[in-house]
Amino acid sequence: MSTDEPATGEGAVTLRPYQRPRGVHPPADFAPYKSSALRAPSQPLVLLPHRLTEITGPLLGEERVKPADADLTTQHAGEPQGERIIVTGRLLDGDGRPVRRSLVEIWQTNAAGRYLHPVDQHPAPLDPNFTGVGRCITDDEGRYRFVTIKPGSYPWRNHPNAWRPAHIHFSVFGRSFTQRLITQMYFPGDPLQPLDPVFNSVPDTRARQRLVARFDIGLTEPQWALGYSWDIVLRGRDATPFEPDGDDR
Amino acid sequence: MTGPPLTPSQTVGPFFAICLPWPDGPQVVPEGSPGAIVITGRVLDGAGEPVPDALIETWQAGPDGTFAHPDDPRTVTRAAGHADAAFRGFGRCPTGADGEYRIVTLRPAPLPCGDGRTQAPHLDVSVFARGLLDRVVTRIYFPDEEEANAADPILLSLSERSRRATLIAAPGTAGEFRFDIRLQGEGETVFFDV
Repeated sequence: MSTDEPATGEGAVTLRPYQRPRGVHPPADFAPYKSSALRAPSQPLVLLPHRLTEITGPLLGEERVKPADADLTTQHAGEPQGERIIVTGRLLDGDGRPVRRSLVEIWQTNAAGRYLHPVDQHPAPLDPNFTGVGRCITDDEGRYRFVTIKPGSYPWRNHPNAWRPAHIHFSVFGRSFTQRLITQMYFPGDPLQPLDPVFNSVPDTRARQRLVARFDIGLTEPQWALGYSWDIVLRGRDATPFEPDGDDR
Repeated sequence: MTGPPLTPSQTVGPFFAICLPWPDGPQVVPEGSPGAIVITGRVLDGAGEPVPDALIETWQAGPDGTFAHPDDPRTVTRAAGHADAAFRGFGRCPTGADGEYRIVTLRPAPLPCGDGRTQAPHLDVSVFARGLLDRVVTRIYFPDEEEANAADPILLSLSERSRRATLIAAPGTAGEFRFDIRLQGEGETVFFDV
């Protein structure tokens, strides 16, 4: 094939599909989480084979971040209120390989449990020195690192006296469309976790616990900030590549 | 094969708009680029009400059928990257108060399946929203690609014509397409297990 021909047509191409995680992610419809009632699809999902569009994906990098984006405590004139923390870990795939140079986006409440968002009207103060938005790019070992403030708990209207446990939202891409993941990181020892339908929507107990960061005295900086460690693992490659004329899975 | 266990998904929640929307997110290519098309649509819930707090992400091949990605095995015979460097392949748009989103992009080319068959031009779409504990994934196909759509293995795998129709955008005025996403109920969009 010469390089100026379109890369379409009859040529056989070997594509390596990704794993299909079973029992890891929450079901679409989870009755205790009321917002799912009118939004979760009711028809069965249709199997989509992993082909070119699925095994590739956006490789977003340095052009999307500034170095200062990884420190949520220095984005304003003054220091935000609250408990300063370091959150760090590795972005890996299910084969244990680091996902390098990949965009990580986070958002969270301030220390009082309030988001800087017009829909959040819960009667807790905004902090003029805290936006609650961070971005960084993983390094060559897949490592990300943020300095931030420990987020607060906040009430919501899912059920009587409902409170969300403290959490940080994470958005990661991996290197393929199949690996795209948005999730939440929680803190160890939070008594609200067993009462939270979003946390409990993950069916497997051990998988649920993987959403909880680990306090790490080794990451904790003396006289400065508590350290938390949390790895994010995206699906890996399937063991068997899709071969031309192979099973149409 | 035992690697590290996977991290579960959690809902994007109602407050992602402080972080995820980018000023240039909906522009897969800059507005007014030669050949640019516009895909708009609404995200609707099971009661037919607009979903004003969803995030749409699109991913697709370029007009030359390439992906700017090293895992596209065809890049061994051609340089990685699109002929049009301004084409990102990836679009991201939050829905507005009326549930509406808008993506400016270029038409993708057909793609080989890997087994000699050909996929009709398509975009892969992720929908994130409060109420969705994991993203839902669908595809946008084009209404003026009847022949390619009729041979597309994914569309052919859907036995009911009415369900297949939920994946095909509606034609608008020149260069515009409409693609509504019904999360649940009558006319529910086909969503994929990826």
